[in-house]
Amino acid sequence: MINASLKELSAALAQRKISAVELATLFLNRIERMNPTLNAFITTDRDKTLAQARCADEMRKVGADDAAAASSLHGIPLAHKDIFCTQGWRTTCGSKMLANFISPYDAHVVERFAAAGMVTLGKLNMDEFAMGSSNETSFFGAVKNPWDVSRVPGGSSGGSAAAIAARLAPAATGTDTGGSIRQPAALCGLTGLKPTYGVVSRYGMIAFASSLDQAGPMAKSAEDCALLLTAMAGFDTRDSTSLERPAEDYSRDLNQPLTGLKIGLPKEFFGAGMDNDVRAVVEAALDEYRKLGATTVAVSLPNSELSVPAYYVIAPAEASSNLSRFDGVRYGYRAPDYGDLADMYSKTRAQGFGAEVKRRILIGTYVLSHGYYDAYYLQAQKIRRLIAADFTEAFKQCDVIMGPTSPSVAFAFGAKNADPVQMYLSDIYTISTNLAGLPGMSLPCGFGNNNMPVGLQIIGRWFDETKMLNAAHQYQQVTDWHSRMPEGLA
Amino acid sequence: MSLNQEGVGRIARLARIELSAAESAATQDQLNDILGFIARLQAVDTTGIEPMAHAVDVVQRLRPDFITETDRRADFQAIAPEVEGGLYLVPKVIE
Repeated sequence: MINASLKELSAALAQRKISAVELATLFLNRIERMNPTLNAFITTDRDKTLAQARCADEMRKVGADDAAAASSLHGIPLAHKDIFCTQGWRTTCGSKMLANFISPYDAHVVERFAAAGMVTLGKLNMDEFAMGSSNETSFFGAVKNPWDVSRVPGGSSGGSAAAIAARLAPAATGTDTGGSIRQPAALCGLTGLKPTYGVVSRYGMIAFASSLDQAGPMAKSAEDCALLLTAMAGFDTRDSTSLERPAEDYSRDLNQPLTGLKIGLPKEFFGAGMDNDVRAVVEAALDEYRKLGATTVAVSLPNSELSVPAYYVIAPAEASSNLSRFDGVRYGYRAPDYGDLADMYSKTRAQGFGAEVKRRILIGTYVLSHGYYDAYYLQAQKIRRLIAADFTEAFKQCDVIMGPTSPSVAFAFGAKNADPVQMYLSDIYTISTNLAGLPGMSLPCGFGNNNMPVGLQIIGRWFDETKMLNAAHQYQQVTDWHSRMPEGLA
Repeated sequence: MSLNQEGVGRIARLARIELSAAESAATQDQLNDILGFIARLQAVDTTGIEPMAHAVDVVQRLRPDFITETDRRADFQAIAPEVEGGLYLVPKVIE
């Protein structure tokens, strides 16, 4: 059961081979056993989870024609990244600032999965306010990579990735501002997808950089991600950037052959920055695609080396504005001792935020401040347009773009902690996608040094999630990387 | 452009984040590393390029001005650090 696809779980539930309560209990027991080692979950609540599961079982009993019981996800458990507000559950965003915050409402994504009859297993650990690429910035301690517990799981959705890799949950939600779904998916050997900006509502998702943040599914396979994305996506009036588009079935093209698919290979993604073990595995994956009938074409994204510096102007600028709401007045942490109002704000924020979050707020404040706005912020926004235009040009020659998700396999704890800029560069292949608003995904394509998983990144045209999922699914029909799991965790 | 101690203090004040003297020195080095990293953007010729503020070009949606929210003041104030009589309490602002 722990290795089953969502489709298989759905069939087992429909045929009454297992109940939602039994399935939830199976995963809760694994969480209880393994979470002390992995630290993937911040919050679990057995009673709440089992109450939801009992409800799912009852609904199924009442009748299969019931809309919810007819959902293919009905009764299947999943876990939410702790950035999504969940009514009645703690929502910490990995921060001391929100360590005791209980949201009075559900995020849109949480509502969607509840409406589909899915059962919440708990809330997943993450880098504080999603700022990090290794999960080491969490106030609740780092998540361990299930493939090697001395290594990072990636970030910021590291808890989501570790939980699925260790089979503590069959699926999870994640968010991706600069690679936070794709990079941990790559480092933990799973499949994760960041949709086109605006496809999934940001309502109830704690904001980091609003023009870049996008929620997406993380699971074992592309087939699973397609099912989850179909449930997550859709227009929501409560998010002013949610796009009004007809509903899509993201599974519809999974089985299309890849004959004639044109894969663009940006030369900038295959340069000196990539480790040799990663390169070998990615090249082998591309050979597999050629066997499947795809052709590859060299393309160029000439401004991609500017994506990380542009991102580290734009994202902190937006973060400094978004995080100004944490002031100790309406919710969250308040410093115990203070003088006047300004002192209360300053002490609350000094004590409530961790080092990396403070660093980014300060950078953001600086680039937006008088005298520097044009030189930094406006210039970064202009470069953002150049980066997006590079993709438009490249997509004239190809249907999808492929390359590595991350320049290296999972690194050891502490390896990049002392040097923020080195840590930022671990997202070098993922960030441009967010700046352009494009959909991107990562899927496992083999193992590199020390037998650690390597991710293949697929970037699609705007709104072309089905094409990416098709390409990923066809690869997963002829390879079994996505069904491997770390030894010793069965 | 690099930040001196005074500059770090000014930014921290604007951001409402208290920094101790020891933190301030370390922060100065880290911020200057990051500013050095993003400085390469200055060298790019962006003459005539429109700034891109957002990933998708959409016009702000409008809606009729009807009340759509229910009154949940009690729920929202239940999670506040300090409230009294329906008000959020903060240190005295006007003497």
